[in-house]
Amino acid sequence: MAGLMAGFGHFTHAVVRGVPASLAKEALRTNQLEVDPEKAQREHDAYVEVLRSKLGLEVVELPADETLPDCVFVEDAAVVCGDTALITRPGAESRRNETEAMKCALKELDLNIMEMADENATLDGGDVLFTGREFFVGLSKRTNQRGAEILADAFKDYAVSTVPVLEGLHLKSFCSMGGPGLIVIGSSEPAQKALKIMQQMSDHRYDKLTVPDDLAANCIYMNLPNKGHVLLHCTPEEFPESAKVFEKLKDHMLIPVSNMEKVKVDGALTCCSVLINKKANI
Amino acid sequence: MTTEAGSETEIKEKAEGSVAQPDQSEATEENQEVVNSESATTEGVEEKKEKEKEGKGISRFLPPWLKKQKSQGQVVPKETSPTKEVPSTQEEVGKVKEEEEEPAPELNGHAEEVEKIEEVKLEEFKEKEAESHSNASADTQPAKEEKIEENIEEIPEETKPAPEGEEQAEEHQQQQEEEKKEQAEEVEGQGEGGEEHPSIFQSPLRLVRKAKMKMVVCHVTLLDGTDFSCEVEKRAKGHYLFFKTCEHLNLLEKDYFGLTYKDSHEQRCWLDPTKEIKRQIRSNNWQFAFNVKFYPPDPSLLTEDLTRYLLCLQLREDVASGRLPCSFVTHALLGSYTLQAEFGDYEPDQPRPLDSISQLTFAPNQNKEMEEKILELHKSHRGLTPALADTQFLENAKKLSMYGVDLHHAKDSEGVDIMLGVCANGLLVYKDRLRINRFAWPKILKISYKRNNFYIKIRPGETEQFESTVGFKLPNHRSAKRLWKVCVENHSFFRLNTPEPPTKARFLTLGSKFRYSGRTQTQTRLASSLIDRPAPNFDRTSSKRISRSLDGAPVISITEAGRVSSPTSLTGAGNGREPTLELHSDSKSPLRVHGDNIYVRHSNLMLEDHDKTQEEVLKHQASISQLKRSFMEAPPPSPPQPNQWEKRLTSSPATTLRIQQQQGVSVTQTEATPADDANFSDTKELGKTTEVEIEETVVIQEVSKATKPAVVTVTASPSPAAPPQREVSEQEVKAAEEATLQEAKGGKQESVSSESESEEEAEYHPNVPSSISHTQIPEEKEEEEEEGEAEREQEEDKSIGNTVASQEAPLVPVEVSPSAEASSGEGEKSRTEGKEEGEGETEESTEDPMVTPDEAPNGHALPEEGITGLIALAEEEETPKVNGDASLAEAERRPQVICCSEPPVVKTEMVTISDTFAAQKTEIATKEVPIVHTETKTITYEAAQLDGSGDGEPGVLMTAQTITSESLCTTTTTHITKTLKGGLSETRIEKRIVITGDSDIDHDQALAQAIKEAKEQHPDMSVTRVVVHKETELAEEED
Repeated sequence: MAGLMAGFGHFTHAVVRGVPASLAKEALRTNQLEVDPEKAQREHDAYVEVLRSKLGLEVVELPADETLPDCVFVEDAAVVCGDTALITRPGAESRRNETEAMKCALKELDLNIMEMADENATLDGGDVLFTGREFFVGLSKRTNQRGAEILADAFKDYAVSTVPVLEGLHLKSFCSMGGPGLIVIGSSEPAQKALKIMQQMSDHRYDKLTVPDDLAANCIYMNLPNKGHVLLHCTPEEFPESAKVFEKLKDHMLIPVSNMEKVKVDGALTCCSVLINKKANI
Repeated sequence: MTTEAGSETEIKEKAEGSVAQPDQSEATEENQEVVNSESATTEGVEEKKEKEKEGKGISRFLPPWLKKQKSQGQVVPKETSPTKEVPSTQEEVGKVKEEEEEPAPELNGHAEEVEKIEEVKLEEFKEKEAESHSNASADTQPAKEEKIEENIEEIPEETKPAPEGEEQAEEHQQQQEEEKKEQAEEVEGQGEGGEEHPSIFQSPLRLVRKAKMKMVVCHVTLLDGTDFSCEVEKRAKGHYLFFKTCEHLNLLEKDYFGLTYKDSHEQRCWLDPTKEIKRQIRSNNWQFAFNVKFYPPDPSLLTEDLTRYLLCLQLREDVASGRLPCSFVTHALLGSYTLQAEFGDYEPDQPRPLDSISQLTFAPNQNKEMEEKILELHKSHRGLTPALADTQFLENAKKLSMYGVDLHHAKDSEGVDIMLGVCANGLLVYKDRLRINRFAWPKILKISYKRNNFYIKIRPGETEQFESTVGFKLPNHRSAKRLWKVCVENHSFFRLNTPEPPTKARFLTLGSKFRYSGRTQTQTRLASSLIDRPAPNFDRTSSKRISRSLDGAPVISITEAGRVSSPTSLTGAGNGREPTLELHSDSKSPLRVHGDNIYVRHSNLMLEDHDKTQEEVLKHQASISQLKRSFMEAPPPSPPQPNQWEKRLTSSPATTLRIQQQQGVSVTQTEATPADDANFSDTKELGKTTEVEIEETVVIQEVSKATKPAVVTVTASPSPAAPPQREVSEQEVKAAEEATLQEAKGGKQESVSSESESEEEAEYHPNVPSSISHTQIPEEKEEEEEEGEAEREQEEDKSIGNTVASQEAPLVPVEVSPSAEASSGEGEKSRTEGKEEGEGETEESTEDPMVTPDEAPNGHALPEEGITGLIALAEEEETPKVNGDASLAEAERRPQVICCSEPPVVKTEMVTISDTFAAQKTEIATKEVPIVHTETKTITYEAAQLDGSGDGEPGVLMTAQTITSESLCTTTTTHITKTLKGGLSETRIEKRIVITGDSDIDHDQALAQAIKEAKEQHPDMSVTRVVVHKETELAEEED
């Protein structure tokens, strides 16, 4: 008798996309850092392998498109909640075409597809934090008010609150869900400020887990049959202090996933997959 | 009208007479008493002898004055006899019937008589209740009839709880009422079934009146789309119809529901149960709809399936109309549960099920796909009972983000279209579909409206220093008021344990004294837990949602936005009907003394003509001292302060800030002190003080008032010698006094204003008594605590800092004022007289020049002490002893003054506003310089359009009010005066903001900020003058 908003973190499928060779040179980035394409590929393979083998998700792997250097970051192309998928209109113009392949894949998965037709709307999935009870949409360089409105229309059941993202690329560049009602948040001032806003805007109570590094606050939470709480988070090599914080989560199955290379082009852990629950609500 | 009674009504009377029988047999004891006295009252008049026999016994027990009253009756109408006979047996009733059948030639006389009697009752009441019941206060003549009715209704309920505490009585009364009604329902259920007999809830006396009343048929559209017709008397109140409707529905958990009507502008409004229906609908359209008013956040906690079913019906309609938006999937899911509940299990062999379900409306944009999905899901619900299906429906519906959110169109300060959503948790702000802000109830200090503006005052956040006021523009005045009412009700229902007793509002409000009158959620849950009846049977009819889709709860319509309410005319400016000053004092309830946050609302006085007799005034004074005593005797609040303070002190990173704070305070006080010699004595210690004075003037065409909140801490611990508790209770006393006095003065007026629904503005302070749990959201709780601590901190600072002035200064006005008010009460000063309530300010209030020279010794003591204190402060290092002495002396003196049962003879003076005030200050500044080695600079900016408000023709001062608030390094004193000049009402707000701090502070920025804030707070006012007065420390010269 699953109903509305049941089963936060339940996922059956994951959509990922290959790493194009163009990533290293052409992918958009806020910092000018050298990306080792091979290492990036290895990391990505490991990431997909965790989803597939370790967690048993059905992984739909889209082929990389060399003309879309950022295409590995599939999260920005679609927001999926329940069996509704909103195909976004990414804020970066060079990324608009990434949605095509995503739309097809999601259609095949038999989701209700909604699209952002409005030319004035932009929305990156990375700005969308779904807490299980409501949405927070970061208003950032990539996402605007109109985009958030369309998201609100697509997911009418949920409250959609906007949060200004003053620093960092996306809202989820410094936060993510670490469990039901648990927000993992970076300790920088902008991150804490954003959390305050979220708490103020919400009718719900959230616990918070503050990690020293903003980037480490991006993790992937799942609630899987036979595995319980699963958390994919940063490795101790990358963020030793933050990894220690994650290690305190005793109830979670903790899986450190390396993301050293993709992070150089502002790709966090959540960016690389779109998670879907196909035996969804009903 | 009472005097109207045609022969047509007599037939009804007869019917009622018979109906009344079970009621009478049910009558409770107090009911009997009332009835008896009633009958005795009538009895005093000449009557048929046989009837005298019956009544005499009782009349012996009546006080002579009562009898005397009755004998004033001119005529002895026959019709009075039914009243008398009411308590007697059913046989008597039979007689009554007979009598009623006889022609009634003396109708008029009779009616008068009854009224008179009722008045007598009323008087009696007032005394008993010590003015605790809202309806018992005096009314002016035109309103008398209504008042009488109210009282009649309340007689049976009120007489009993009288000896109890006010609040208890209030509750008690409500419960009794409920019980009685439930009883009545039962009786009715057994007896007459669906027949109309409105008399069931009223005291028998009511019956008599009813005989004279015109009856009207009300049509109530129920949630299942059916119509319920109910005959009520024309003057019936909202709750009568509501209870009849609930009775018809067999509904016990009725507190979540309400009746709506369409006002003259086609807006859905909630019918106020405490008011006459006729007065609310203002048209002859007696059409109502029964709706859910408060959506229970967790419907599974409802006791009865019937209640859940009704909630389902409402939600189905909300969903179908689009008022409660949900996704395709949710539409389908909810629809499938609806099918299951209404039609039972899916029938596979049913021919063309799709056809039949497309007859039903599930969603605003329903399509085949959705219907198929609904059917598909319906199949999966096989075996689910209707009640379970409803439960499932609700479990899903309650999670929808817009569940229970009542939306109102508004514009923000920049004119952007937004929606304001009132819900169980607070106020939500939406732009399009996006939530852009949220103000949880604990964050809101005050809700008010003024014309078409709606304001909420926000508790400062952890990092903020100021309370902020957020204003919204509503389409018109009516919508602003409607929103305000909804907020008041939702706050009360969901956040309070018990409703704020209307009595308080009565005493202290001159504006809309509207308060939520029903049970709170807490109470209703308790009540429903006691429901002990077999689950009632009811039919789940296939809901006719289509036909009803427009009849739902008040729906906002954009069309209204275009309409502009015609401005209220100038009339009433001087007639004492002024709608709006709110003198709401939280601190009146002793309960709140223990709270984390204690605020005293500063009274703004409103002077009015009143014809209270000397006696009454004395009576009030007696009750004041009574109150005082009880407050003094009340246990002091548990003193958590020291610990928390200590904790705070050690952990506080803001030591420097605290020091600044301390200075700020003392400065303010000095500034405030009329004894200006002391004025700059302490500036030595200050790095720099900037005083910004902002004057805002507004000339309003319509009569409206600048009601200003004043939220000031009461927890002031004046000096180490005087425990903070004392201060608190003192404040309480004061507040109570204010309350009572206010009542004494304004009793009549208030009733009038309650009748006239034309309040231009009102405010509501959604403070929660300490009894409620503050557990909503930890963030907020923290903030609250923090604030509380901050306040304590301030107090501590003061005492620690030996700022004697700061300790003593605030007290003087506190003490002075009650007497001031009292004297004015006695003197029956007219409203035109200016009045100062320095007591309003816990601190810094001394600044007002209104503490006039001819004040009693208290008044004089202040300046002197102020000086001493300040000097002491200045010389702190060298002679700490002086301080100690001074404070000790004061501490000793204080209680003395507090307990003064001899009201100090203090004359209140008219407040001098603006120019004189300013001039005085400038003068002070120059005069002071020699004493202290500071450099002072006064810069005055004046706006060109500054009108001659301060000129020779000062107009008629209507109200004066001073409010003080402070934050870390600023102290804001707001002085609001309202004058009436040739029909124009002018509200002048003077703000004195003292910014204290060393050179680090950007004064210009602070000034800009202050001006900006002032503008934001009073968007419709203009800043006409800014006086910057700068003091800079020159050098360390210890002379």
